[in-house]
Amino acid sequence: MTTKNPAVEAYGLRKAYGAREVVAGVDLTVPAGTVYALLGPNGAGKTTTVRILTTLLAADAGTARVGGHDIRRAPGRVRAAIGVTGQFSAVDGLLTGRENLRLMADLGHLAGPRATAVTARLLARFGLADAADRRAATYSGGMKRRLDLAMTLVSGPRLIFLDEPTTGLDPRSRRELWDVVRELVADGTTVFLTTQYLEEADRLADRIGVLDGGRLVAEGTAAELKRRVTGGHVELHAADAARAAELARRLPGAVADPAAPAVTVPYDGSVGALRRLLAGLDDDGSVTGLAVHTPDLDDVFLALTGGAAAAEGVRA
Amino acid sequence: MSAPGTYVLRDSATMLRRNLRHMARYPSMTIMLVGQPLLFLLLFTYVFGGTMGAGLPGGDRGDYLTYIAPGILTMTVASVSIGTAVLVANDMTDGIIDRFRTMPLAKSSVLTGHVLAAMIQTALALAAVGAAAFALGLRTAASAADWAALLGLLALLSYALTWFTVALGLASPDPETASNLPMVFVLLPFVGSGFVPVESMPAGLRWFAAHQPFTPVMDLLRGLLAGSPDGADAAWAVGWCAVLGTAGHLWSRRLYRTRAAA
Ligand SMILES: Nc1ncnc2c1ncn2[C@@H]1O[C@H](COP(=O)(O)OP(=O)(O)OP(=O)(O)O)[C@@H](O)[C@H]1O
Ligand SMILES: [Mg+2]
Repeated sequence: MTTKNPAVEAYGLRKAYGAREVVAGVDLTVPAGTVYALLGPNGAGKTTTVRILTTLLAADAGTARVGGHDIRRAPGRVRAAIGVTGQFSAVDGLLTGRENLRLMADLGHLAGPRATAVTARLLARFGLADAADRRAATYSGGMKRRLDLAMTLVSGPRLIFLDEPTTGLDPRSRRELWDVVRELVADGTTVFLTTQYLEEADRLADRIGVLDGGRLVAEGTAAELKRRVTGGHVELHAADAARAAELARRLPGAVADPAAPAVTVPYDGSVGALRRLLAGLDDDGSVTGLAVHTPDLDDVFLALTGGAAAAEGVRA
Repeated sequence: MSAPGTYVLRDSATMLRRNLRHMARYPSMTIMLVGQPLLFLLLFTYVFGGTMGAGLPGGDRGDYLTYIAPGILTMTVASVSIGTAVLVANDMTDGIIDRFRTMPLAKSSVLTGHVLAAMIQTALALAAVGAAAFALGLRTAASAADWAALLGLLALLSYALTWFTVALGLASPDPETASNLPMVFVLLPFVGSGFVPVESMPAGLRWFAAHQPFTPVMDLLRGLLAGSPDGADAAWAVGWCAVLGTAGHLWSRRLYRTRAAA
């Protein structure tokens, strides 16, 4: 695999269960050394797509090259090029953490001393050194997840698939896992991950594919996706209903909510617009506070995956 | 990437180590699997032995023990294979199999590891059950060559039966089902020549008992223990083991590739 070739290239992947098409024509390209996030709600087809790309599942149609090799014609070469952490824990509960890692090292044909060193390094890096000699079945969910990822890294794959790596982790573990992904990328590893969390995709990914009902409904950088969505606004808290109504008359596009009392002013997310808005307000106590709501990936996600009603918020 | 085949031995040995660890850490299962044939050995020798022995031409309790030893040994091999089916089914439901399937492992080393571990466990179980039978008074007239043939036959039976139960483990939706399916093999010696001569059975059952795979195996074991093996039994026994083992092997490889990839 050279850096010029994409790490993953897929064209027209399809997979149906019975009459239901759960992957309905997915095309995607992941340049080597980048992070690609496949973002989608439950049942979108994320796991199915990952299983196809990692040779676990044969697609009904379409082609893909992963790590430079055709998934259909050279599955063995694809497997030699990738590391996979599936959605569900794939650790051996009857073995200890150390033995699990050692198993991976042996299956990766690492020489004895090297296997011992890699095992010790990964145990330390993933905070499992103290629990190294306990059976994995006694580990907490977060520890199992970390061991799972450590096992994937034993053989040093240059292309890694992570299916919902942080689902079920507490905020701290999630952050730690993000750090691991960043370190991998800094080393030049390509990461293909799936997630239901927009924040995660936003923070980690170079490119994001939004998957819904087996289709990629949008693709681009986080910034590109955010630009496709309206919905940013500033909420001004007014001292009373009368002043809210007065503000609403004065500010273009503003809508008053007498009950709050507050006024909602459309906002495009730029600094200039905010400065102009604030300059137009008097410091006379009529505005008691404000909240800025920039369009975030949540808006994109809901708009793109929420069906017809939500799609009205999307600029085509 | 390594050429496929280069690492068959190494990967199989790695898997074997893993499976032996599993057995060591799941001792209640091993005890149950070895205890089952031991229990039948004691039950049939002491509870039924006196009466049943009298049913054999000029026989007593000791003769009956010698008569059922082949059935008990066969049952021991079958009993251990239940454990293998459960371990395989555990792997399948554990998610770890998906990890193995995305790694560049030598062909079927995962399954070979299971079979080799089962054969080692079977050898230990047979040693325990055999020792118990001799302690109870089992008599044999086997020559060294008979002994060698007897051990070879038990190894072949273990190999064949384990490949078959690996397939059953792969085909089972959960470990519970996997522990039930091979029960058939444990009970099969009863509807064969294991505990009573097939001639004593009613017609339909007699036909089945005479033709089922375990009967020639048990008859050959009995012949070897008595120092007078029968050529026809040998042909049938080896033939059945070859069929069972090959079918189990092919079925397992197929299931391993396709299962969970539906
Ligand atoms: N073996 C199967 N048989 C039938 N339907 C299946 C099978 N596997 C998956 N599906 C269906 O395919 C659809 C997509 O499943 P998939 O697991 O790819 O979704 P996902 O995006 O990973 O969801 P989640 O976020 O819940 O993990 C789901 O509706 C699921 O029910
Ligand atoms: Mg999933």
